Amino acid sequence: MPGRHPHAWTRGREHEHPPVVSEQRAHFEYVRAGKRRDGRAGSGIAGSGIMSADRSFRHRLAERGVDRTLLLLLPGVLFLVLLFCYPFAYGLGLSFQPQKGGGPFANYVTFFTDPYLRGTVWITFKLGLPAALVNVIASVPVALRTRGSFRGKRLMTILLVVPVTLGTVLTAEGLLSYLGPNGWFNKVLTALHIVDRPVALVHNYWGVLASLLITGFPFAYLLTLSYLTGIDPTLERAAATLGAGWWQRFRRVTLPLLAPGLAITFCLSFVLAFSVFPSAQLVGDPRGSTHVISIEAYHAAFQQYDYSMGSAIAMVMAALMLVVVALVLAWRATFYRGATGGKG
Amino acid sequence: MSTAEAAGPPGRRRLAARPSTWLAWALSAFFFVNLAGVIGVVVVDSFGTRWFTSWLPEGFTLSWYGQAWREFGLSQVFLVTVEVSLLVVAISAVVGVPSAYVLARRSFPGKKIVTVLFLLPILVPPITYGIPLATVLYKFHLAGTLAGVIVANLVPSVPFVVLTMTPFIEQIDPTIESAARMSGARTFSVFTRILTPLLVPGILAASILVLVRTVGMFELTFLTAGPDSQTLVVALYYAVFSAGIRTQQSIDAMAVLYTLSMVVLLVVALRFVNPTQLVTRIKEEGATR
Repeated sequence: MPGRHPHAWTRGREHEHPPVVSEQRAHFEYVRAGKRRDGRAGSGIAGSGIMSADRSFRHRLAERGVDRTLLLLLPGVLFLVLLFCYPFAYGLGLSFQPQKGGGPFANYVTFFTDPYLRGTVWITFKLGLPAALVNVIASVPVALRTRGSFRGKRLMTILLVVPVTLGTVLTAEGLLSYLGPNGWFNKVLTALHIVDRPVALVHNYWGVLASLLITGFPFAYLLTLSYLTGIDPTLERAAATLGAGWWQRFRRVTLPLLAPGLAITFCLSFVLAFSVFPSAQLVGDPRGSTHVISIEAYHAAFQQYDYSMGSAIAMVMAALMLVVVALVLAWRATFYRGATGGKG
Repeated sequence: MSTAEAAGPPGRRRLAARPSTWLAWALSAFFFVNLAGVIGVVVVDSFGTRWFTSWLPEGFTLSWYGQAWREFGLSQVFLVTVEVSLLVVAISAVVGVPSAYVLARRSFPGKKIVTVLFLLPILVPPITYGIPLATVLYKFHLAGTLAGVIVANLVPSVPFVVLTMTPFIEQIDPTIESAARMSGARTFSVFTRILTPLLVPGILAASILVLVRTVGMFELTFLTAGPDSQTLVVALYYAVFSAGIRTQQSIDAMAVLYTLSMVVLLVVALRFVNPTQLVTRIKEEGATR
């Protein structure tokens, strides 16, 4: 029955409860409070005098928020369990059944003893950490400047979102031509006599880094901007009234409030950069300086058809990513957590 | 090159600006100049005839677009892209909206676990779960077919719909539903006659965002697609990666076509959604974990 929980309950108990009106209000408050009141909502109603022992099991469940409406969750949850959790568990299990034999941990042992495979971890960090750091740090001044309303803000937002539409392939194609030995970038540098001969910027580390910056910066900027607009501007004005210069205002007021948001932005940017695959393949040097971990995972699974090894590398990747995210979040927990999320 | 004028900072300039202002303009200008170069080079090349070491090609032509369309079988590729993305949007909306409703309105034991379950596929990058997922799909002979591509793309789309829809549902006054229920409406009619009409803007926004994500989703489609089920991104990747006999210009023409379709989708999406607010909503959802 729909809405079994509050209504049926109220209806069924009317004879025991003359003050239907207050009951009704309790119900509305319960619904309005939604998820935030959590367990307290149930105990609040129970505390209003109805603690009869003959409450059926269903009523007791309903009081805790379990009723038929929850069935609406079922398709979504079922779907994710089937298509996300099951493959993940299957992959984890598969990674302990190496195709080449040698005990359950053979894949992991191979991965961490072979210097070529182990090296992918270092290469991936060397690409992902600077890319995430540069994107987050560069996004702060840009977001600071553009948080107010100004002429052309809409245009600026659209222009910043453009790189999202490019896709990795156009970015790669463009970088190959633009940064290549005969590309415009090197032509300008040579014409300005900054360099004598074209700099090698593609098919190596720098090409991939450039591609990560182009695709990652808009994302970091949008996140930082949304965290920044959540900070009350009057705080900074108060600091200015007290005689703080722009640097003091930034260092003492804005930055501490922004830091938790920046930590999240860094995490998400890093996760994006960590899983770099197409650009490392196209702009980079996939068998050498940009032999990142995702390339190796794909190579093992779908080119050598060693699904077990491929899954093992994917699991190593997931574990490494979770470690970094956990470290950043643990660091973030030491910050002041106050009114940064005040927007809304 | 239409993007060139965007390279300069828009808006007014004051000489006595704060250092952060100068830094912001310098960073944006550097970013946009290089971005314009990257895009410009591809666009110019797709219209150029022969281009070796000069600043610009020797002449301009439109023939590469026709050639790319024939050479890469783009009619088939576009058809697959449209089929995959529309089906993914429809299924993820049908599955995601009811879940979003429960998560927005109800509190129940285990809610945190369910929330994390819905957040994980978005937080974990596609390639990590894409490899085991593709392995499972190969086991059931689904990989390489259109169904496999759709199923794989649904994995991040359903949670994305849930995350985008939750704030829209929270905005609706619960007393409206309560009124409908007291008048005797069952959950199904509350959904079809009360909530859905009120949620149309939200569903539209979520759908368009899922559409953009699906058209641009490289990793999952790449890992599960067969020769007949490639979407535009994947076809583009294969065109570049197995280059050699193909001319650079027709690949560039294809890349421009891809970007044009994405820009159209994104401009439509931006009419419905404010990107900065969207991120805040996601953030707030993350904070309630």
